[in-house]
Amino acid sequence: MLRKRIIPCLDIKNGKVVKGINFVGLTDIGDPVDYAKMYELQCADEIVFLDITASYEERAIIKDIIEKGANELRIPLTVGGGIRTLNDFREILKSGADKVSINSAAVKNPELITEASKEFGAQCVVVAIDGKRDEEGNFKVFVKGGRENTGLDLVEWAKKCEELGAGEILLTSMDADGTKKGYDIEMTKRVVENVNIPVIASGGCGSIQDIVQVFKETNCDAALVASLFHYKEATIDEVKEELEKNDISVRRINK
Amino acid sequence: MIVIIDYNVGNVKSVLNACKRIGLEAIISRDEEEIKKAKGIILPGVGSFAVAMENLKKYGLVEILNDRKENNIPIIGICLGMQILFEKGFEVEECKGLGYLKGNVDMIKTTEKLPHMGWNQLYFNRQNQILKNIKELEDVYFVHSFMADFNNENVIAYTEYGGMKIPAIVGMDNVIGCQFHPEKSGEVGERILKAWKEIVEC
Repeated sequence: MLRKRIIPCLDIKNGKVVKGINFVGLTDIGDPVDYAKMYELQCADEIVFLDITASYEERAIIKDIIEKGANELRIPLTVGGGIRTLNDFREILKSGADKVSINSAAVKNPELITEASKEFGAQCVVVAIDGKRDEEGNFKVFVKGGRENTGLDLVEWAKKCEELGAGEILLTSMDADGTKKGYDIEMTKRVVENVNIPVIASGGCGSIQDIVQVFKETNCDAALVASLFHYKEATIDEVKEELEKNDISVRRINK
Repeated sequence: MIVIIDYNVGNVKSVLNACKRIGLEAIISRDEEEIKKAKGIILPGVGSFAVAMENLKKYGLVEILNDRKENNIPIIGICLGMQILFEKGFEVEECKGLGYLKGNVDMIKTTEKLPHMGWNQLYFNRQNQILKNIKELEDVYFVHSFMADFNNENVIAYTEYGGMKIPAIVGMDNVIGCQFHPEKSGEVGERILKAWKEIVEC
């Protein structure tokens, strides 16, 4: 049976893992590759590196980290953040990433999804979508960390991404992100039920029970987790044990 | 020393890294001399069937691979590299494969999500040396939308998805194919590669 995936996400700035981008006052908490390896040994199913570095010069650092990560990791690695062109895609993949996630660049230039999918295969094209309710309560696509409403309807955009050749959707609820009050079940459901490609739920995870809930109440394929693991509030093993107790099929190591 | 065939079908560095981790000396190459010296051949690949075959032809690799196959050199195909070991593929258009294994490759017929992406369990179908380090029901990492026909004589292990039995490890004589990515399948994948290393070294 296809397993539900647990994916730790590491936000990286200046070569270091930092606390979630929505928390005030970024503090680095360590080396991304060390973190990723630790999570792999705890039975993470994949790893996501999100480069939140602003400047062009610092791009070299992230490539170096991807290369080290690809050397050390025996599970798939997705890299996102600041990818704008086909050439960015190529360079990230060449550094050793297995998948590349694109966000605002896809909104600005949807053909990028198709071009990347044609050149590298749909399996490595992850479209990250930041969803948020507008004043009327409609789900819209936002960019710039939830500050800018693109006016695009969330479900329509997710469907279009699939049509254009995306292999997977990474759906973050900007309403839930940083709240630690649980995944946005309604939003996740809405997208999952309207596309036929895997969806990773993201934003809002504050406890093991939140992860159980998102898998019980939606048909999402994976859950993205950040602070819960970084702050050592739970280990991946503990999460998976609880999921198993709730009859959710997950991969275990030596169990 | 073994050769990972370089024919422009995606990132092959992760395969090289995996070989290094298990102490299997490997190089990435499409050079005839290097391939002829190799004790084993890995055919990697992501992308589409037709492009993979076109590239093999373009670099003159089909004849070299055929010759190595005839000389009983262990060959292992991974993902797309596994699919092109079969007779024909139907991705975009009908296209001839290497034909080392009987059967064709076609879209997974299911109403479930595609690609079939993530960790899934292996069920054993036939005994083979490649299975010697793993147990039934262990998980490996898949990502694909096309699958080989289930041909009992060459299916060594399979997985289940969308009500289908999907060939996961196939093989005949010196040829082995993995639909999943052993190089991305954690410690289980590593044990599978170690079994192949032993096949190469014996």
